[in-house]
Amino acid sequence: MNKPGILVIDDEAQMRKLLEITLQTNGYAVTTAGTAKDGLIMAANHPPELVLLDLGLPDKSGHEVLKALRQWYTNPVIILSVQHDEESIVMALDNGANDYLGKPFRTGELLARMRSALRTAITEDGDTTIGSPDLEIDLTARTVKKNKELLKLTLTEYSLLALLARNEGKVLTHQYLLRAIWGPGFISQSQYLRVFIAQLRKKIETDPNRPEYILTESGVGYRFVVK
Amino acid sequence: MPRTAPHKLDLKKQYLYSVLSVLTVSLICYGLTPYLGYRVVALILLVTVSIIAISFEIFPVLLAAALSAFIWDFFFIPPHFTIHVESTEDAILLIMYFIIAMVNAVLTYKIRQVEKLARLREEKAKAVKLYNTFLNSLSHELKTPIAAIIGATDNLQSGGNLTEENKTQLVEEIAKASFRLNQQVENLLNMSRIESGFLKPKKDWCDVEETIHEVVRRLEENKPLQKITINIHPGLPLCKLDKVMLETVLYNLLMNAVRYTGAAHKIDIIANSYTDTLELTVEDNGPGFPPEEVNYIFQKFYRLKDTSVSGTGLGLSIVKGFTEAMGGTVELETPVGGGARFILRFPVERSTIKMN
Repeated sequence: MNKPGILVIDDEAQMRKLLEITLQTNGYAVTTAGTAKDGLIMAANHPPELVLLDLGLPDKSGHEVLKALRQWYTNPVIILSVQHDEESIVMALDNGANDYLGKPFRTGELLARMRSALRTAITEDGDTTIGSPDLEIDLTARTVKKNKELLKLTLTEYSLLALLARNEGKVLTHQYLLRAIWGPGFISQSQYLRVFIAQLRKKIETDPNRPEYILTESGVGYRFVVK
Repeated sequence: MPRTAPHKLDLKKQYLYSVLSVLTVSLICYGLTPYLGYRVVALILLVTVSIIAISFEIFPVLLAAALSAFIWDFFFIPPHFTIHVESTEDAILLIMYFIIAMVNAVLTYKIRQVEKLARLREEKAKAVKLYNTFLNSLSHELKTPIAAIIGATDNLQSGGNLTEENKTQLVEEIAKASFRLNQQVENLLNMSRIESGFLKPKKDWCDVEETIHEVVRRLEENKPLQKITINIHPGLPLCKLDKVMLETVLYNLLMNAVRYTGAAHKIDIIANSYTDTLELTVEDNGPGFPPEEVNYIFQKFYRLKDTSVSGTGLGLSIVKGFTEAMGGTVELETPVGGGARFILRFPVERSTIKMN
């Protein structure tokens, strides 16, 4: 089987070296580019399975590279950004990035993000269950079981959970969730989202104060993970 | 409204008061002419000008000097109601009066300038000293983990007779050191964000309870010795706040409590809300703060005089900077029984949607 090709676009040689070693030892074929220009050329010549894109490039901002890529490139793009630059992260996610990692990040985190980005989203009609032994989400039967017991979820709660679960491992922005569940008129009504997330956690988490399934990405959105 | 000290009256008022006091004193002296010689009046007027000079700027004082000289000449030196002076003696007196009044004004002004300079120099020296302490502690805080990383990597590279266990330990040291470095850099970045003045909170609906639990969880990754208790007032509404900034504020306050108290102590977080205020309290029963230093602890770079814990003096100033950027206040209470109680108050818009 061919190794999935990963293109790393980062101006720091040290970062490129580190990612190259980490990814190669984890079964990926890696190419690297130090500038936006090189990155775009390499992506066009040999379209990779996934792009790791640093937002702070010397010749062009990562946002512009992302826009240029998204004109034709449909595979996942993961953004590498400075920690706590939520505005820029949200912008990149809205512009078609699949996920992000704040520098410095842990290797385990990087690999998990890449795995979920490479896994195609589970479609609504797919006959699938998601979850772990203590939480089962059946997308076909539209049921959720916690410790084998059927949970009573409202329609909105279920839609929210199903949307998060279908994108397991990926961050979904507040705006995206609000638009998808409540509609375009509710993009600024983040209070609904907060309330429903809190309610969902009370139902599906063992300890709602220490959520294991629905994780908060402060200032960005939420991420559903399976242990 | 900023309060102005009496000697910082605005210039217009200083002119007005100078003229008024010279006029009033002159009027009183004029009423007393039968009992006072006009030469005594000159002395009384000189005293008046000197008193004005103590607290006013130079130009109002010069005006008072000139005005009083004129009044003395016009109303008191015979012949009255003319500026004409008959005797040579009086002419000399008038000139001397004028010179003394002017010299008086200029001298007091100069003394005040010198005082101001001295004060500025003193403040500057204090700031430089504080900054030097900061540089010292910062280089310590940065160089210690760097030294640990370099030392550990050298050891690993040399191969030597390291056992697998040694290697694991060295790698762990590197991980710990990098974590510490990252935290220091984050503090420095936050400080420079505050200093730049570009700190704009991005307010959005925030589940305060969730935020507190998240911060505590993040803190507990470092395995603190103390027990941290969370106490949320039931029915705490969603509040409009910058969640990321609130996290930093709480993290710094808790980190402070963790670092400056011991295993025998406990840390409490209490969240309460009133009509339009969110009140968060971080409390510990540790050694507390010396009362004479309470006023300084939020100052940038300030560190307690008597502390053995290393640090840069940035944590609490970031707490203050971020809290105030969000329109809130932070206050330190030192309860009678000991310990420290930090109270954060944020004016907030509350959601009408009920959290159940």
